[in-house]
Order: sequence, then C-alpha cells, then structure tokens
Amino acid sequence: MKANGKVLKYGDNVDTDVIIPARYLNSFDAKELATHAMVDLDPTFVDRLNPGDIMVAGKNFGCGSSREHAPLALKTAGVSCVIAKSFARIFYRNSINIGFAILECEEAVDDIDEGNQVEIDFDTGTITNVTKNKTYKSQPFPEFLQKMIEVNGLVNYVNAKKEAQ
Amino acid sequence: MSMTMTQKILADHAGLKEVTAGQLIEAKLDLVMANDVTGPMAIPIFKQMADKVFDKDKVVLVPDHFTPNKDIKSAQNCKAMREFSFAQELTHHMEQGKCGVEHAILPESGLTVAGECIIGADSHTCTYGALGAFSTGVGTTDIATGMATGELWFKVPSAIKIVLTGKLNPYVSGKDVILHIIGKIGVDGALYKSMEFTGPGVSELSMDDRFTICNMAIEAGGKNGIFPVDDQAIAYMEEHSTKAYKIYEADEDAEYDEVVEINLSDIVPTVAFPHLPGNAHTIDEINESEKIYIDQVVIGSCTNGRISDLRKAAAILKGHKVNEHVRVMVLPATQKIFMQCVHEGLVDIFVEAGCAFNTPSCGPCMGGHMGVLANGEKCVSTTNRNFIGRMGDVESLIYLASPETAAASAIAGYIADPRKVGE
Repeated sequence: MKANGKVLKYGDNVDTDVIIPARYLNSFDAKELATHAMVDLDPTFVDRLNPGDIMVAGKNFGCGSSREHAPLALKTAGVSCVIAKSFARIFYRNSINIGFAILECEEAVDDIDEGNQVEIDFDTGTITNVTKNKTYKSQPFPEFLQKMIEVNGLVNYVNAKKEAQ
Repeated sequence: MSMTMTQKILADHAGLKEVTAGQLIEAKLDLVMANDVTGPMAIPIFKQMADKVFDKDKVVLVPDHFTPNKDIKSAQNCKAMREFSFAQELTHHMEQGKCGVEHAILPESGLTVAGECIIGADSHTCTYGALGAFSTGVGTTDIATGMATGELWFKVPSAIKIVLTGKLNPYVSGKDVILHIIGKIGVDGALYKSMEFTGPGVSELSMDDRFTICNMAIEAGGKNGIFPVDDQAIAYMEEHSTKAYKIYEADEDAEYDEVVEINLSDIVPTVAFPHLPGNAHTIDEINESEKIYIDQVVIGSCTNGRISDLRKAAAILKGHKVNEHVRVMVLPATQKIFMQCVHEGLVDIFVEAGCAFNTPSCGPCMGGHMGVLANGEKCVSTTNRNFIGRMGDVESLIYLASPETAAASAIAGYIADPRKVGE
C-alpha cells in the first residue's frame, strides 16, 4: 500500500473539537462530516485538500473526544495519511479500527514543510520527501495491528475471526 | 512478574496470568456503554457483526449529549438508539427524565464496580476508575464490537504512579487537584498510560472528588485513571450496587514510568486557561493579574455535576446575586441529584441568586445546546475541556475551574477567588 500527496502541516495537540466540531455531530454521515473537517482550526482545509494529500502534525494529534467522526471526516475528505509525532490514544484506535492510515515519525514531522510532496510506502514504513529528496523511517505497527489494517479495520477482523472458529 | 493495578485487571480479563506494558491483548468486557452521539453510529456497524448483543445486562445506551433533543437530527439519533435498546431488550434502558449524564448515572445506578473492565464510546469513560475499575474511552467501531462480542483489543498500558499526601485546604476540591496535576505533567503527560493514584492522601478525597479526578485522566492523555479500593469506595458500592466487585492491588514492586508526588495541602484553587486543560494558573496568580471579566458560568457535567459539587457551589452563592453581566447555567448530572437539590433547598439558592437551573444534559460542555457561547464571550466552566470552539464560537474563551471558583466568579463577574467571597 502506498500514498502520495501534498502536505498540509499543523502543530501540536490538534484536538477532535477542531477536526470536527461537536455542533456537527448530530449527523454521522461521512460525506457531510467531511465538508466540515478542520473548520475551526483551518477554514481553508477542505478547499485546499486534494484527494490523497497528507497531513503532518506535532504531538498528541487527535486529543480530546472519542468521536470516531474525527478520523472518518479526514478519511472521507480525502486525507491519505496523518503523520504525527504522537497520537492521542482513542484517535489512534479509531483510525486503525476504520482502516485510516496513521504513522508516528518525529524526524519526518520536524523536516517536512507545508506544501512538500511526500510518498509513503506503508509496507516498509518509509516516508519519502520528494521535494527535499529525503527519506524517513516510521515506527512499524505491531503484527496484530498490521493484520487489522490489512483487512481494512476491526469489523472485518472480527468477522474473519468468527468465521475461522 | 510484578504488575500495576490496571495490568492485573486486564490480565484477568484476558485470561492471562500476567501481562506486560505494550502487549496487545483481547479482554472480556463487563460493561459496554455508548451515548446519543456515538451509539446511533455504532448500530449499523454492530449489525455487520451480530444480530443480538453479547449480554443484555452489560450494554447500556445513555441519551445525554443532545438531549432534550435540540433538533430533528438529534431526535432521529435518540429514536434509533431507543428502538435498538428496546429491540435488544437491554436490562438497563436509559431515558431522559429517568437517567442523567452517563458518567454520573452509571456509578449512581450501581452499574460500575471495582475490578471490572469497562468501555464507553465517550472519552470520559475513565471516570469509573474512582471505584477501582479499569475503564476507558473508545470509539464507535470499538463499541459496536464490544456490543457484538463482549471482547475488545487493548494495548496493555504502562503507568504513572501519583502519590497523594497531605489533605485538601478549604475551597479546594478534586477539580483543583486534577487541573494542578495536568498543569504539572501536561496534556500528553500520561499519553497511552494509566494514572494510578495512591498514598495516604487518597483517604482525604471524597468519592465525588475521585470521580472528578479520574474523569479528567484523559485530559492528560491517559488511558485510564484508577484509585485503590478503600472503605469509602466499598461504602459507595454497597450503597449503590448489588453487583459483585473484586479488589485488585498493584504489586509493591510494580514498575512505573514515573512517580509524581502531589501534596494535597499545597494545592490552591486552580483554573485552566484557554485552550488546553493543562494551561493551569493558581488563583493567587489570577488575583495578582488584571481581572478577567466573564459572560457565562456553567456548573455541572460529568466532571462536576454531582451533589457535593452543587452543594459547594450553592454554599458560595447563598445570599448573593449573580453579577448583572453574567448568566449562569446549573445542570445537576442526574435526576437523583436534581431531586436532592430540590429537597436540600439548593434550587432555591441557585434561582434566587439568578441562575438558570436545568435538566441533566451534556449540552453546553461541547457547545451542543443549553448555553452555547457567542463570538468573543468568556465562560468559567466546571466542565473538562477548553479547546478552541468547544462551547461555541471559535473566538469564545473557556476557563476550567471548580464549582466553588465558578460560583465565586458568577457573583464577582470576573474570575474570582472562592476563599474571598463575603469578605
């Protein structure tokens, strides 16, 4: 699996209230949520984002609420991957559970600038900054989570496990 | 192999003799909870995996976020959840007028006890650690899986040991303690970790203080907060629950990533400034700075809507009037607490002071309804998050504080010291 896109870069502690404000949570329609993604932090986000683009952010990305609407809104808006120094734990779980790609890599976050073109090879965890002609190595997922990502989320994992029994 | 209290609970629920930090396990669940934001979204996901919930005694759906329904979409969500709850014949059916805010109603109804493994599709599910349970917030797909299978995957957390000594000063409560701790360790200071509270100071904290402290473990990034089970916790469970509980204790030589020592006697009223719960300032610093004038005060929520919170706020407000530039929303967290407020005369105090006294709801905490902020407005709130736009307009500002500080600020019209009311 690979991703390739332009980078939209943000700072530390990007919280779920700015990723998708609670005032929109009376709906869980993914397409509707996607139109409001990041609105309270960056109202230009949805307009600037092209399908496949990559978000890069500092530490504790996705802190706050348990709302799965947050990774769902980003995924549906067209974000192919979030690279951050660290993720808040519920956002981390939710992303894996819905098959939304996330990577932790401090070096990449420090070096990648807004607008850089970046390629990701998820199989090897290699992040390539095409603009700067540099590569960075992200932490690989443990095998258990890798399996869940491969089957595109928790529901498929559970159903496969049930069938195997 | 030594284990923390959290690790012991997880090991037992995974059917393992021992677990170590970082290990991925699948653990059995004692309670699975969702609300009207996360629950309706979980139903279609649940249906991809099962027709019937794994155990109708162990699944609870609480309508509390956009209730009383603020619009047609939220009414549709509650309807879907209500129909699901009845169709699945859930033993503990929750409804407006009979329940309250999830993290207050579950312990009050006796549904959460020591030693359990609990998940909730709400980040503040960590609240029940006050009773010595492992409880943590998860997402919608997680909760759908929990409802279908009664199991979920977890990464076993490492832990921070928080040793409490001393005793609380007057006008200082659990909220000040947790804001002080988050200010000290940061909003990601406990990321992926347990916060295990221990030490002689534990017995100085009421159960309501402990619920408040565990409730905000997530605001330090924590996976869970947990208190040892002492006589007070046992008394609480015996009063509220008929469920069997199990007491776990951390091994004496359990490994911790960090030990943080907190002397409760050193803590003064504390306020978290916008836009992070870790942006803590003491009331002494605030007293010495330029006054911060406010527009709204909210007293309530899963963090601070319990009876002792409302008693403390009422004690400050008694005989005073809310400042003419300020509006105050008081929301008891459950119907039982609402009735206690009626019987103890607290409603009279709030209303005579000029507060709106509302039905239990999460409404204003996440800018849903019942107290949304306008552009540029400032709010002192006993809730748990002060993120950008959390309670309304992107340019509104939230200051997190205890019920006593919130009440004192309501009277003064600016962020005020509860120790000085009446001076």
